[in-house]
Amino acid sequence: MKVLVGVKRVLDPQVKARVKADKSGIDLTNAKMTMNPFCENAVEEAIRLREAGTIEEVVVLSVGAAKSEETLRNALALGADRAILVLTEDVLEPLAIAKIFKAIVAQESPDLVLVGKQAIDDECNQTGQMVSALLGWPQATFASKLEIVDGTAQVTREVDSGLETVNVNMPAVITADLRLNEPRYASLPNVMKAKRKPLEKIDIADLGLDTANRMTTIEVMEPPARASGVMVENVAELVEKLRNEAKVI
Amino acid sequence: MSILVIAEHDNASLIGATLNTVTAAQQIGGNIDLLVAGNSCSEAAKAASEVVGISRVLHADDTSLEGQLAENMADLIVSLASNYTHVLAAATTFGKNFMPRAAALLDVSQISEISEVVSADTFVRPVYAGNAMAKVQSSDSIKLITVRTTKFEAAAETGGTAAIETISAAADTQMSRFIGLSTSVSERVELTSAAIVISGGRGMQNGENFHMLDSVADKLGAAVGASRAAVDAGFVPNDYQVGQTGKVIAPDLYIAVGISGAIQHLAGMKDSKTIVAINKDSEAPIFQVADYGLVADLFEAVPELDQAL
Repeated sequence: MKVLVGVKRVLDPQVKARVKADKSGIDLTNAKMTMNPFCENAVEEAIRLREAGTIEEVVVLSVGAAKSEETLRNALALGADRAILVLTEDVLEPLAIAKIFKAIVAQESPDLVLVGKQAIDDECNQTGQMVSALLGWPQATFASKLEIVDGTAQVTREVDSGLETVNVNMPAVITADLRLNEPRYASLPNVMKAKRKPLEKIDIADLGLDTANRMTTIEVMEPPARASGVMVENVAELVEKLRNEAKVI
Repeated sequence: MSILVIAEHDNASLIGATLNTVTAAQQIGGNIDLLVAGNSCSEAAKAASEVVGISRVLHADDTSLEGQLAENMADLIVSLASNYTHVLAAATTFGKNFMPRAAALLDVSQISEISEVVSADTFVRPVYAGNAMAKVQSSDSIKLITVRTTKFEAAAETGGTAAIETISAAADTQMSRFIGLSTSVSERVELTSAAIVISGGRGMQNGENFHMLDSVADKLGAAVGASRAAVDAGFVPNDYQVGQTGKVIAPDLYIAVGISGAIQHLAGMKDSKTIVAINKDSEAPIFQVADYGLVADLFEAVPELDQAL
């Protein structure tokens, strides 16, 4: 069996996003970039499935500018076998990304597609669901546990009311939540080895897809600031303020 | 304009998030239909018919809709979508599951988690954990939208008299099976609808210590939440989690106890009206969003608070 894992290069989650002065977007100039945290869970799960002997090959896919190669090399250092980078300078919507995934799935014929449940930059939470829709495959989103049994995937999903279990036919698309696993770190020898692992680059134009965006960003604004608060000395003062000033208890 | 709102329900009644989603639909304007889909959900359909501002309730009842699996839900929505200009669902784990699937089947983009309706095609949505707000305009003929429910008031739950129309489910895809749902049983008010929430973080040290918060919560009629750190450490179940990857809430009062205030936690609670932070580290980022900050050992401050209430 083969797994195709999607990874996205995003602003490091520890870095505070800064809105550009002209309100056209977020200033990413010289910003520290990293693999989207949920994608790390997806990569980790794929590697564990291979280590357990459930699958044979882990292929990682990213769509983006040339620098996304860093993110793919990182996935290769973590243990993925080979990588595919679909090159585009445009920031694409999840629908376009899903069409690209569908085209790569047609080439690679994986048994499973694993992606993170959402990217922490645009926070769409769409790509996995859209990939499964376009492929006509079942989906299991927000996975915190995955077991492959008798050609089906048994998935525990983190939902608002608790934990839901679904069983889906394979091939399937599964989106990873943070508690699916604890991602490993790449060792230095593996980082060196990753430089020699195969990485195929495909120009987006060669896929012949309609990847036009359906939305226009009119402006990106700072969120409304909160008025600064006060420090209280003790619990008595806190309770007094909550009762008489904020009037919330 | 003609809008379909997908109701979230537990077969017997509507989940509160549905009412906030109806308000977002009202702000877009036009006829609003409410889809109640499930297995044995006629009670929920009846409840839906009483929501103020609804034209019709579409009631799809079929064993294939048990657990509202994404594949069957998306196919049902696609079968109805041509009658509508907008399809809305709450940006809860319910709506987030099937809406993008339906969007892709319709070859349209989804507008995720809107926080404001500017016009029928223009919306504001938070990005980067709420550190920026993007105003976006959609050119799709049908707009599929999920709604950040904390940004819209709840529509009135009773007083309406919409007609209930029975509709057929889509053919069962049989691609996936609902096995079960395990919920953590709580007597307390639900986290997303509570007026007061008290949350614990890594500073709570273990699950046993969360009982201190329970006691305060009982006195305030509050719900108990947690940071990701506390959930990851196994102190409390996942459905307690407040944050970018958990629940987004905006109660009247949010009390953060032993929570440092990571960006991803702030994303889930910083729209709360009044925020209290209790932490022994005066440098903790949670104090930057707090209206009232108390630098104290929580193991002394929380019992004191319990006494004072």
